[in-house]
Amino acid sequence: MNDVLDVALRLLIVFVVFLTFPLIVGQTEHKVMAHMQGRLGPMYAGGFHGWAQLVADGVKFAQKEDVVPAGADRRIFQLAPAVALLPYLLVLLAIPIGPGEGAVGEVIDAGIFFVLAVMGVGVLGSLMAGWASANKFSLLGGLRTAAQLLAYELPMLLTAASVAMAAGTVSLPGILDAFEWWWLPWQIVGALVFFVAGLAELQRPPFDMPVADSEIIFGAYTEYTGLRFALFLLAEYAGIIVLCGLTTVLFLGGWHGPWGADGLGWVWTLLKTAVLAFLVIWLRVTYPRLREDQLQKLSWTLLVPLSLAQIALTGIVKVVIQ
Amino acid sequence: MPEATRGAGTGTAGITAAADYFQSYSVVGLLAVVGVLFVAVAFGAGRLLRPVVPTPEKLLTYECGVDPVGEGWAHTQVRYYVYAFLYVIFAVDSIFLFPWATVFAAPGYGATTLVEMFIFLGFLAVGLLYAYKKGVLTWT
Repeated sequence: MNDVLDVALRLLIVFVVFLTFPLIVGQTEHKVMAHMQGRLGPMYAGGFHGWAQLVADGVKFAQKEDVVPAGADRRIFQLAPAVALLPYLLVLLAIPIGPGEGAVGEVIDAGIFFVLAVMGVGVLGSLMAGWASANKFSLLGGLRTAAQLLAYELPMLLTAASVAMAAGTVSLPGILDAFEWWWLPWQIVGALVFFVAGLAELQRPPFDMPVADSEIIFGAYTEYTGLRFALFLLAEYAGIIVLCGLTTVLFLGGWHGPWGADGLGWVWTLLKTAVLAFLVIWLRVTYPRLREDQLQKLSWTLLVPLSLAQIALTGIVKVVIQ
Repeated sequence: MPEATRGAGTGTAGITAAADYFQSYSVVGLLAVVGVLFVAVAFGAGRLLRPVVPTPEKLLTYECGVDPVGEGWAHTQVRYYVYAFLYVIFAVDSIFLFPWATVFAAPGYGATTLVEMFIFLGFLAVGLLYAYKKGVLTWT
């Protein structure tokens, strides 16, 4: 009976994190962007600095009419938001936030493998939406999404493999157990490549060519309204949480910190994740959108060679210190 | 971790490992069920909450406010199929990195696997260089 309770509790926690953390990031984005651009942002909803803005947005989305264009592939069109969203929920289960088995949703032996594979499914949602909408903007957006996945999945895989080499395991808690502080400079190139490639896979600015609102309206999501559109937005912010959490676990030492790793490990994980999420928002405000060919060039001529170099470096250092 | 499953597999270490393996993925499966339920409930509740007033204009495909021209599934030139091949080759290669990564520095392997790694990286680099020379990696 205890086991059932234990599993139920873990699932509940993961689910609640999945529903709340993206909203926190979203609200932070409203406010951080506003301050960086010298304006106020949402100030009315909820009273104190507009804290309830996203709740109000949620209510609005739930009441909006759900329009499926007559020309669209109805079933696929309706299913796409779920396919885009659910993979991030599953990935959250595998991310450890503290030392020991108690602080991870579920220890999965092939952790990195599982996480990268499942994250790849999320992009499928955008592709389905882009194709099923039967809209020219959506089709273009979907094709751009596919191109971006092709370009940026590879550096992500390679740099994750570099960490697996350093730790000698593909289990996420195992990697954290093996972590030493000097991995930070050792794997720094890999960390940058992984983070940039992850941003591109989430289609966050400056890599938001697939949804570029000023030229193809909103890419694959052009025809979506109401709740289904809200789920796509939720998927984007859940993606930020997952990407920042993974970068923290793989490259920044997760629950390791200068002090207090035993009791307060989870604080370190959350802190590092939050700082990275802030960075994601900061990048959005700072950089203009990359053109499609610049996007591809960045990946194939810079990120892929860099990640190959990182693998070589990891291999040499690891064999030498053995 | 639930002990019941582990207790059940006390026969040999192999069975225990297999039980653990399926145990962790069964939790993943449960979470997937939770997720599907969440989406189903959200869509169901949305159906009850929202208005349904379709008009022919509303159901038109969106094209900047004018009537759409031609079909949505238009012919487009997929310019990137060559490097889609490139991606498939690279990705399949890099998948094999992961099992290798866990053992390459084990005692007795060190130098040999390191040489192997450089051969592997060499192949990838030559492939990338070839694609670059052929102009696959430039776009207009």
